This record gives sequence, C-alpha cells and structure tokens, in this order.
Amino acid sequence: MLGFLLTVIRRDLLLAARRRGDWLTAQFFFVMVVSLFPLGIGPEPELLKRIAPGVVWVAATLASLLSLPRLFADDHRDGSLEQMLLSPEPAVLLALGKAVAHWLIYGIPLLIVAPVLGIQFALPAEAIGVLVLSLALGTPILSLLGAVGAALTLGLRGGGVLLTLLILPLYVPALIFGAGAVDAMLAGTGAEANLSLLGAFFVLSLIVAPWISAAALRVSME
Amino acid sequence: MSINWYKYSAPATFYGLAGRLVPWFGGAAASLTVIGLYLSFFVAPTDFQQGEAYRVIFIHVPAAWMSMFIYLVMAAWAAVGLAFNTRLSFMMARALAPTGAMFTFVALWTGAFWGKPMWGAWWVWDARLTSELILLFLYVGIMALWAAIDDPRRGDKAGALLALIGAINVPIIYFSVKWWNTLHQGSSIKPSGTSMDEVMLAGMVVMAIAAWFYTIAVVFVRVRRIILERERHTEWVKHVLEGA
Amino acid sequence: MMEWGSWSAFWAMGGYGLYVWGSFAMTALAIAVEVVQLRQAGRQTLQQLKRLNKWESE
Repeated sequence: MLGFLLTVIRRDLLLAARRRGDWLTAQFFFVMVVSLFPLGIGPEPELLKRIAPGVVWVAATLASLLSLPRLFADDHRDGSLEQMLLSPEPAVLLALGKAVAHWLIYGIPLLIVAPVLGIQFALPAEAIGVLVLSLALGTPILSLLGAVGAALTLGLRGGGVLLTLLILPLYVPALIFGAGAVDAMLAGTGAEANLSLLGAFFVLSLIVAPWISAAALRVSME
Repeated sequence: MSINWYKYSAPATFYGLAGRLVPWFGGAAASLTVIGLYLSFFVAPTDFQQGEAYRVIFIHVPAAWMSMFIYLVMAAWAAVGLAFNTRLSFMMARALAPTGAMFTFVALWTGAFWGKPMWGAWWVWDARLTSELILLFLYVGIMALWAAIDDPRRGDKAGALLALIGAINVPIIYFSVKWWNTLHQGSSIKPSGTSMDEVMLAGMVVMAIAAWFYTIAVVFVRVRRIILERERHTEWVKHVLEGA
Repeated sequence: MMEWGSWSAFWAMGGYGLYVWGSFAMTALAIAVEVVQLRQAGRQTLQQLKRLNKWESE
C-alpha cells in the first residue's frame, strides 16, 4: 500500500523535475500576482501591511488552481491513468499520492517565496512567520480539494475555468482562517485559534478529499 | 397494504405520478402564498424597531431556508443515486439545482433590500449574506459541471460527487464566515423560543411551506422533462410524444 | 389586525415602500421567469424529441 503511494509521488516529482518550466511558471505567477497589488493600491506600507495576508492567500489559491488541471491530464492523455486505476491498489492512494505530489511541487515553493513577499508588504517578522505557518497548513488543503476538482473536470473542454468555478467556494474556509491568522496576530489577539481551525479543516480535507477524488476519477474514466 | 415504493422509482411510473401531483402542489403553493401574504401585510403588526421594513422577512427568511434546504435535498438525492445507482435520483438532483439557485438569488436580493433601510448599505459583508453568496457560487458550480459534461451518466455522478463535497462544506463555510464577521443580528428564532410576535412567525412559516410546495411542483415538472429526454428511445416515451 | 387606512398608505409602507415592494416584486419576477422558462423548455423538448424520433424511424 505505502509503496504504491510513494511510487506515485516519486513518479510525479520526477516528471515535474524534467519539465521544470511548468513549475517555474506557477511560482512566477504567484509572485507577479502579489506584486501587482501595490501597483494598483499604492505603496503606503501601513495599507500594504493590512492587505498582505489576504493578497498572499488569494494569490496562493489562484496559483494552485492554475497548476491543477494538469494534475491528471497528462496521465489521462497517454493512458497511464487508466492503467493505474486498473491496478489492484485502491484508487484513494492514487488520488492522495497525486495531491501530495502537487503539494510538494507547487505548495512548498510558495512557503519559500512568501517571506520575500511579506517583506515587500512591510510585514513584521512574526507576522511573516505566522503567514508561512498558515500557508504550510493551508496549501495542502488547496492541493487536496483541488485534486477533487481536477478529477471531476478531467478531459472537459474549458476544464481550467470550470475547475476554478467548482473549487473556489470550497477554498473559502481555508482563505478565511489562513489570512485571518495573520490578521489576528497583527491585531495582537494571537493566531492560535485561526491556525487550529485551519488545521482542523486540513485534517477534514485529508480524510474526505482523496476518497471523493478517487470516486471522481473512476467516474471520469468510464 | 404496503405501498411498493420501488414501483415509483421507475421513471415511467414516476412520470405519470408526478404529472398528476404537479397541479395539486402548484395549487397548494398558490393558496398558501395568498394566505401568507395576507398574514404578512394585513395581520402582522408594525415592528416597534424597524417599522414596516421588517415585512421583507416574510420573503427573505423562507427563501434563505429554501436555498439551504434544497441544497441538502439535492445532496441527499445525489447520495442515494451514488449508493443505489438509480438514474431517477440523479435526475431529481439535477432538477432541484436551478430552483435552489433561484431561491438563493432571491434571498440575496431581499437581504440587500432589507439591509439598505436597516444598515444603510445595499450590500453588507455580514455572515449570513456572505454565506448565501457562497452558496450561490456552489449552485452555479454544480450547474456548470452538469452543463459541461455531455454524457449523462458521467455528468450525473460527477455532479453528485460535487454536491456531496459541497454539502460537507456548507456548514463549514457558514461557520467560518460567521467566525470571520458577525454583523448580522442574532438569529431571531432562537431554539429557546422566538423573540418574535406569533403572527410574524406564522406568516413566515406559511410562506416557507408555500415555497416548499412550489419547489416540489417546479421540480416535478423539470424532472419529467429530463425523464423524457433520457428515455427518448423507450416505447412509453414514444407513446407520450404521439399524445403530446 | 393591521389597518392601513388607505391604499396610498399601503403602497407607501411606512416610507419603506421601495424596499418592501422591491423585494416582493423581484421574488414574483424570479418565480415568473422560472415558470415561463420551464414551460418553454418543456414545449421545446417535446418538439425536439418528436423530430428526433421521426428522423430515426424513417
């Protein structure tokens, strides 16, 4: 069981390593979207500090949605997805492995880039710490729920936009608790409550999402 | 005598049964609406705080209840369809979504029209209105998914899965939005009894039941059309088509 | 009982006429749109299905 999970993750990491271009575009998309806001709103540090958590979090959700359609598309096209579904291993592990791989490839780099953007938005050091922590808890949710959307919209025309339409409402709790954690910390009331709620939502997504995306994969492949 | 419910789960028999019931439900909805409007305008007294503006409650609250209730019923039919693989359950889920979206839009519109005199702004980012807005996005998402998938079988199941994960998220979204901002007045219908005049509550409940009957009538009409589309090649549909 | 006194008082709704009647009118409109659309879609589907079945039977 675990072997199958690890092979799926390793396979995706290898594929991503070979096509570093896709990986880089998602990172630069994230940085560019965040950097556009000061141009639109103005450079006052005080204002930027207040909007920073929301901007970074919204950009993180968009960046993950941008990279999700390809999660199953390439394997779907060359038939390897069908083979993997036919293997005796439960499809839940495949869905979980794909989501974990997506998080490793697209989620973790956000955590590395976020502090730089935090400085750009005049966030104090502790706030950047909480921001990275909230992203660390939040980006897996984006990948897990996003995998459900990717599985549902597999092979559909206009899949990318449709995926966003389906999954963005499901991201709302993560966005509220994630960005709220940094706001609460800045407001001095401490971020523990928000972070623990974010963690709870993460655990729920970890339990529910792979099962539903596995079922969605079977439905899409019939 | 026990009713053989499975007989009615076959689309052909359900088509006839639903057809006969639609006028009854439609009539019940119309008459209850008249009673409800009479209660809300000619019996319910003026509210000491909000004057006459509170009368929007007789449409806003039933619509909000229905928008949430229809989503859960849709998710229930989706679950039944996934569990028993009964086509009719998926058709019911598909037939419910547009009416649910309509009630969500009405709840948002009446919420804004009620918010303007009470809070001074057409749109207020308060917990319930914001959750209602996200519920509208969920409806739009599931209808978009159904529209995007041509193969009925895949569309049914994909939409059903989305309805399930959506239904799991509705309470979480509501809780997180409420956590994020609680501007809305405390729920006037507290479990421990209502802080509202009996007639006001009666008016609202009557309108809610009217909305419920209306939903059943509309959904039955819509599901009958879906049945015809899906069962086009069967003999009984050809017979119906000659008749029509 | 609620005495409105006159029709104009009823429509004025204590100065909140725009909001109360705006809400009720939009609700009536939304329901009317749904019912009309439903009826049209029903008629359209019947015609389409008849045509399709006729083509296939020939």
